[in-house]
Amino acid sequence: MGQWTQKTLTRKNWMAFTGLFLCFFLVIHLLGNLQLLLPDERAHLQFNAYSHLLSGNILIKIISWVLYASIIAHVVYAVIITLTNKRAGDVKYHYDRRGEVSKWYTRNMGLLGTIIFIFLVIHFRDFWYVYKFGSLPLDAQGNKDLYTLVVAVYSETWYVLLYVLCMVALCYHLLHGFFSAARTLGVYHPRYVQWIRVIGWIYSVGICAGFALIPIYVHFLK
Amino acid sequence: MHIRLKIWRQENSQDTGKMQDYALADVNPDMSFLEMLDMLNEQLLGQGQRAIEFDHDCREGICGQCGVMINGRAHGPLKNTTTCQLHMRSFRDGDTIYIEPFRATAFPVKCDLKIDRTAFDRVIQAGGYISVNTGQAPEANSIPVGHPIAEAAFDAAACIGCGACVAVCKNSSAALFTSAKITHLVLLPQGAVEAQERVRHMVDQMDAEGFGHCSNTEACEAECPQQISVLHIARMNWEYNKAQLLKK
Repeated sequence: MGQWTQKTLTRKNWMAFTGLFLCFFLVIHLLGNLQLLLPDERAHLQFNAYSHLLSGNILIKIISWVLYASIIAHVVYAVIITLTNKRAGDVKYHYDRRGEVSKWYTRNMGLLGTIIFIFLVIHFRDFWYVYKFGSLPLDAQGNKDLYTLVVAVYSETWYVLLYVLCMVALCYHLLHGFFSAARTLGVYHPRYVQWIRVIGWIYSVGICAGFALIPIYVHFLK
Repeated sequence: MHIRLKIWRQENSQDTGKMQDYALADVNPDMSFLEMLDMLNEQLLGQGQRAIEFDHDCREGICGQCGVMINGRAHGPLKNTTTCQLHMRSFRDGDTIYIEPFRATAFPVKCDLKIDRTAFDRVIQAGGYISVNTGQAPEANSIPVGHPIAEAAFDAAACIGCGACVAVCKNSSAALFTSAKITHLVLLPQGAVEAQERVRHMVDQMDAEGFGHCSNTEACEAECPQQISVLHIARMNWEYNKAQLLKK
């Protein structure tokens, strides 16, 4: 390993930092989206006004650039780490039952991550791209009518199913990712390790249940 | 007991190697796993064939020499047990048992089930020691060490370097091994002196040997014969990050 290649622990630190920033973003994103659950009229105007507020704010703009950078860095590091790991163990066992001593989702973060990445591409195309570069009609207050687009997209059954399935993948990814990030950054005190397990569970299930609830609610009740 | 065996045979480090079938009758269930291999080797030698080579030393579960993949698990189906402490009563009559060497790019196979674990030695040489002037042993009580700290350091020092953590890891990471030694020494006043250089040098060497990243799957702790805690890995990360931040 040359002088300029990063150490394994440094790479994992970047995975942890970017991952935890994405975790933070998900909380904000969910809180904003919960406005979709308000009564029809109120949700319509408030959600559009909120979207407009976000797109105009310089602070939000900076955060959004950090967000794009985090997603890209998280993916790039994941690929580098996976390739290094492949080289570290290139001969397979003829009979392999190592899986008995660890949880399946801890061993398949790459697979879960790929599902989430594919979801993100679809998600960006359907909402982010249309909002930023498409031509959306305006609502009564003169804001771009993202709300009507969301309701239209979530009226598709297959889309809601895909969305909910991806949230299950995200849930397992977060379940290990949140806890693993804390380990990588060096939380070794047994008491805080227990807290992080519990917080990680509440966080992962809470975030994913919240995100899955929105399309289901919109699909059946709007 | 009558058992069937599928064992990795490889002439030398250059040979490609392959799994080979054997059958063994009249195996006593109270035999240790290594005694069963001894019995097979007796038969092979009697037939004029080359014996199956495998590492072993104390056969008491404390030296860390023995270690093979048995039915796809490091040190066999039991958790936290060395290969020599596994007994044939853990298997059933008529079972087929797969025996393979521990696999990792950093652990090349030398012959049959024997692997080269000197990568571990080089990780230790990189910093797994304390620098002291030699001479007479100093008075033991001149440096006070609290009992809980002494116990915690000893728990980390219990690692026998068998390599099961690397073998069971999907990334062939040596994080558990390296972190155990780092934690052992950083806990004690004698080791705290060189803590920062130690963690940087040992991590550098661990990477240079070609071990993978730690994914925190915790499989290593489950298979470790000494039940070395994965929290040592977190401690290593903490010490490493601290050392990197404070590096001059």
